[in-house]
Amino acid sequence: MTDAHLTDQALIAATEGGLPLTATPYAEIATRLGVSETAVTDRLRAMLADGRIRRIGAVPNHYRLGYTANGMTVWDVADDRVMDLGAAVGQLPFVSHCYLRPRVPGLWSYTLFAMVHGRSRAETDAHAAAIRALLGDALRAGEILYSTRVLKKTGIRTAGRQPVKETS
Amino acid sequence: MAPVDLSPLEKSLLDIAQRGFPLSPRPYATLARQLGTTEDAVLAAFRSLQTQGVVGRIGAVWAQGAVGSSCLAALKVPPARLDAVAACVGAHPEVNHNYERDHPWNLWFVVAARDEAAREAVLDSIAAETGLPLLRLPMEHGHHLDLGFAIDWSPSAAIKENRA
Repeated sequence: MTDAHLTDQALIAATEGGLPLTATPYAEIATRLGVSETAVTDRLRAMLADGRIRRIGAVPNHYRLGYTANGMTVWDVADDRVMDLGAAVGQLPFVSHCYLRPRVPGLWSYTLFAMVHGRSRAETDAHAAAIRALLGDALRAGEILYSTRVLKKTGIRTAGRQPVKETS
Repeated sequence: MAPVDLSPLEKSLLDIAQRGFPLSPRPYATLARQLGTTEDAVLAAFRSLQTQGVVGRIGAVWAQGAVGSSCLAALKVPPARLDAVAACVGAHPEVNHNYERDHPWNLWFVVAARDEAAREAVLDSIAAETGLPLLRLPMEHGHHLDLGFAIDWSPSAAIKENRA
C-alpha cells in the first residue's frame, strides 16, 4: 500500500487493539500497513480534527481505580431546553458521557442520558442530585440505573476481525 | 481483585495521557520530557498499568458512527430468564457493552454494525429471538463524549470507598 491508498478502515483495523508499547509505535504501525510514518500520524491528526476520533490516549479501567458505582442517569427534560442543559451537564467533572436520545411513546420518556462515576453509591447519588439541581424546573422526572453486572464489553470491531478485548 | 497501588509516575500518566497522546515519532519520550523522566520509565509505567489492569489499551477512541452505525438498546427481561437472554444477546458479534442494570429495563447493550440497515436487522433478530419488549435509543446528539475522566487521587476519595 502506498500513502495515497491508506484507507481509514485499514488504519482503524491496525490500531483498534491499541498502539504498541514500543518507543516508535507509529513507525511500527506504518510498517505493518506498508505506508510512511507521517501518513499514519497525519491521518490520525485529521481524524481527530474532524471528530471521528474523540481522543488518543490511555483508556483506563475506572472500576479498577475504585470507581465501582457507575450509574446511567436518565432525565425527562423540557424539549426546548434540553440542548442547552445537556451541554451544561456534559461539563460536570464526574460526567464521562452525555447524550440526547429519542423518547419511545408509551415505553420510555427520558431523553437526556449522563454517565456518572463514583467510588460509592452515596457519592454517585450525590452527583445525580447535582444534575437534578442543575436541570431545575426544566426537569419532569429522572432516574439512576446502576450497572449490576458487566456481561460483555468489547471495543469497536470491524468486519472480519477478532474482537478487541477491553478489561471490564 | 487486589487494590491497585500506583506510583506517582503512573498516576501522572493517567492524569495527562488519557487524551492528547503525542503524535510525535517518539510519543513516550515526549511524555517523559513533560514529566521530567525517561522514555524507558514511561514505557515501564504503562506496562505496569496494563499488567495491573488499570489501563486497557493506549490508542484512539473512535466516535460513534466513525465505523458503521450503532445504537443503544434495552430489553425488559423477566429475572428468571436474564442469564439466558443475556447469552442470546451477547452471542451476536455486533453487540458490545452488554450490562445488567437494576431497573425494569434491566439489560442494556450497544449494537454496532456496518450501516443502519445491518444494525436494525440485528435488533430485529434480537427482538424476535427473545420475544421481549425492545427499546431502540440511537444517539441524537452528544455533548461530552468520553474525553477522559479526571481521577480523584485524594485520600478522602479512598476513605469514601472504604465506607461504601
